[in-house]
Amino acid sequence: MPFNILVLSCLAYVAFLFLVAFLAERRAAMGRIGWLRSPMIYTLSLSIYCTAWTFYGAVGYAARSGLEFVTIYLGPTLVFVGWWLLLRKLVVIGRQQRVTSIADLISSRFGKSNLLGVVVTLLAVVAATPYIALQLQSVTLSFGVFASETPEGWALPDRDSTAIWVAGGLALFTILFGTRNLDAKEQHHGVVLAIAVEAVVKLVALLAVGIFVVWGLAGGPAELFERIDASAIADWDLQPGRWAGLIFVSGAAVICLPRMFQVMIVEDGEERHMARASWAFPLYLLLMSLFIIPIAVMGLERMPEGSNPDMFMLTLPLSEGQGTLAMLAFLGGFSSATSMVIVESIALATMVSNHVVMPIWLRLRPKAAMSGDVRRIVILSRRLAIVGVLTLGYMYYRLSGGSAALAAIGLIAFVGVAQVLPVLLGGLYWRGATRLGAVAGLVTGFAVWAYTLYLPSFGPGAALSVAVFEQGLGGIGWLRPQALFGVEGMDPLLHALFWSMVLNTVAFCLVSLFTFPGPVERMQGAAFVNVFDAEAAGPQGWARGRAEPEALLVMTQRILGKEAALAVFAAEARRQGKDGYLPDATPDFVAGLERRLAGSVGAATAHAMISQIVGRATVSVEDLMAVANETAQIMEYSAELESQREELTRTARQLREANEKLTQLSVQKDAFLSQISHELRTPMTSIRAFSEILTEGDLPPEMVANYGRIIHEEAIRLTRLLDDLLDLSVLENGSVQLNLGLANLQQLIDRALASASHTRPERIFVIHRDLPSENLFVRTDADRLVQVFINLISNARKYCDAAAPELKITVRQRAGRVSVDFVDNGSGIPKQSQGIIFEKFARLTDQTRAGGAGLGLAICREVMANLGGTIGYLPGQGGAAFRVTLPLRLEQQAA
Amino acid sequence: MASHVLLIEDEPNIAEAIRFILSRDGWQVSMRADGLGAAEAVRADRPDLVILDLMLPGCSGLEVVEAIRADPATEAVPVLMLTAKGQGRDREAAERAGVNRFMTKPFSNADILASVRELVGR
Repeated sequence: MPFNILVLSCLAYVAFLFLVAFLAERRAAMGRIGWLRSPMIYTLSLSIYCTAWTFYGAVGYAARSGLEFVTIYLGPTLVFVGWWLLLRKLVVIGRQQRVTSIADLISSRFGKSNLLGVVVTLLAVVAATPYIALQLQSVTLSFGVFASETPEGWALPDRDSTAIWVAGGLALFTILFGTRNLDAKEQHHGVVLAIAVEAVVKLVALLAVGIFVVWGLAGGPAELFERIDASAIADWDLQPGRWAGLIFVSGAAVICLPRMFQVMIVEDGEERHMARASWAFPLYLLLMSLFIIPIAVMGLERMPEGSNPDMFMLTLPLSEGQGTLAMLAFLGGFSSATSMVIVESIALATMVSNHVVMPIWLRLRPKAAMSGDVRRIVILSRRLAIVGVLTLGYMYYRLSGGSAALAAIGLIAFVGVAQVLPVLLGGLYWRGATRLGAVAGLVTGFAVWAYTLYLPSFGPGAALSVAVFEQGLGGIGWLRPQALFGVEGMDPLLHALFWSMVLNTVAFCLVSLFTFPGPVERMQGAAFVNVFDAEAAGPQGWARGRAEPEALLVMTQRILGKEAALAVFAAEARRQGKDGYLPDATPDFVAGLERRLAGSVGAATAHAMISQIVGRATVSVEDLMAVANETAQIMEYSAELESQREELTRTARQLREANEKLTQLSVQKDAFLSQISHELRTPMTSIRAFSEILTEGDLPPEMVANYGRIIHEEAIRLTRLLDDLLDLSVLENGSVQLNLGLANLQQLIDRALASASHTRPERIFVIHRDLPSENLFVRTDADRLVQVFINLISNARKYCDAAAPELKITVRQRAGRVSVDFVDNGSGIPKQSQGIIFEKFARLTDQTRAGGAGLGLAICREVMANLGGTIGYLPGQGGAAFRVTLPLRLEQQAA
Repeated sequence: MASHVLLIEDEPNIAEAIRFILSRDGWQVSMRADGLGAAEAVRADRPDLVILDLMLPGCSGLEVVEAIRADPATEAVPVLMLTAKGQGRDREAAERAGVNRFMTKPFSNADILASVRELVGR
């Protein structure tokens, strides 16, 4: 087949995948997720476990080692069948913590440790390189198979440059696919659907080749079984140790591989999907492995000695003249490689940008950087990371000579990522696991793996010198990379697996036992280990209460920040198809919001806060206990969070005080309304009764005059009351317009005395003044100040009970403030009443005839507040004594 | 003999209005302006009806009613209570204390006259 046709069909296939991805993205953007998130798509997306390694390599593996290749399928099968034990927990945690990668999960579990994020990222990148190399190698090999078959004499220039082209093409492909848009949730509906399509292509291709081999070449199942028995494959011995090790390592890998974590947890992790996948994915694996042995057997039988068994999938159909079938198989292999590389590099790029690039950038960024820059940096860093990952893969391919069997390379990567497993399991099930323990375990495992498996895989003399191989590091015998501690004769892979896992786990446990977790770690540990408790007690049933979206928004803004909160609300409003940014507070939305807030303030607190807003104002004892628990945890361990706790306590106290004040105000408001009612109804009663009497006529003129006067008086009383109420309302609102100007205090007191002189009872009233001291200019609202003076003088005139009433007015000036005292010689105000005289309607005497409605002093207090001054009662002055203080110069306030 | 009404009201203008309305109808009206000693006055005067303001200086109208009802000599005297507050709470409290009728200010002259006549049984 001409090479250019091959390339063209690859490109056409890629274009088709793009179309699929594009349509899916568009559908998702329009909110019609529907079947894009279904158990079937989920299961198919899991098939990226089957890379080119399984597609091509499994046949080679079978041809070289018999049935052992099955272990690679058995591990994941066990993990998925037992999904209830581990995967379910991972999915729930992934959802609750909004995990973006396995590095994020580990870092998040151990107190959002960035160090751990970096360690896991490094480990994942390094472990992925052989794997990426493997994909490059298989695609390159498969190109090579077709090229050598070219009748036109066209041949591949050389494999290395093909590999470069393949790597470059894959990088471009992945960048276009995976970093088109940046989604905070790291979900890529388009990519997932394209992968699902590729999963189908892989399976169809493999089954097609298998069916051709069994029925076309071998002549049916019965003959085939005879051939299998006759072949060398049947003679392979089972090595129980290797089997157990390989099942373990492939099971570990399916959990820890960045790309598996991406599709399993990040993209679309849901329990119902996983429940389906628990049997459907093993079934897929079964179908994928069904024809491996037949193809291997027939390949060994038909193909010439020395043919690469890794390529039997292609060479077997080609040698039988089945060009189309070979093409299909080629596309299957191509699908396997591309889907793996795409998802793996997306996952790795997310880790690199989130855990390596962003922290560095955030530290170094220019001060003026805007959020748009962050986006750009993230996308750029992801693209560079993708290129970097593929470059590393290519370098591994070149360094390792590109000749090692596919399966061997794959297993190196598996053992590498399996190093995450102890920390992951510890993190999920052991609250005592600590950050330092995790770092120790990972670094130890990583180092042992690199030394015993990864570096030796380049071959003696490449990464490790021959001397190290033979005599150990620094000539120490028990440090030989493939015979650690003198354990010799073990299979190198098992040897590496055993030592790396044992030392990893031991380091993790020991360091965890001897270190103390930080506060965030403790809380995250509890959140992870007891994830189902939180889920069970979770935010359900907001249906009964009603929440105001505004109130929710205000609260969310306090916690998440203004912009983030608005974004959340606007997104939900869009989802609900509403204009504006305020969605309806549907139960689902409120529940989702609670989870989001829980990430910031803790689940119980978020629950209590939402409860308040949703209208179940009564926080139950359990709620309070839970909040107290959280607070207690913080208190117990946190020096770092101490200030936050204080803040919380302070807020709680302020809330409590505000609440008490509100309750008090509500009572006061009721009393006030009742008072107003009384004050209005009383004059109304007289007016009504006398006007009825007058309309009936038939009265002597002097009574008509008397009753008319009463009506007039009561009408004035009503008007005054309304005036006072309005005045008070304006003053209390702070909406009063002050008319500031310079005024002579002496003149103001003169004005006030003149106005108050008609106050009844009219009697001789002696006023004592010190005129020189009054002769100063104040900048204030003169009319308002005079209003206060009139009130005080009138009160003295009304209430002073001395036989010869006197009023003494004293002015003092001190430090920019003026005080004016009004002291009479009466019996004063009783001690127990002194506290309430400035309250509204706090009229102390029984004589309602005394004048106003009991608002005078309340108005005085408000006026003085508006004038930047105070008014107070001076006890122990002999008579009633009031002191007014005000600033000498009042500046116009901003309000 | 003209029936005797004791009017206990601290607002002089309202007291004057009620006095006028009742006197014109042939009632003998005596007046007090505060609650202190009101119950004793009822005991001494034995009026046919007591008109009582709720908010009184010295001693609230409710206390006065309770005192009237507590005394076997005056427990049967009908009491008409007036109030300018007129909240449901006050009405309930007044009825519990043993008030026969509760009227909210302002009232129409005809109403108060009708109530007085009805309570005394004329």
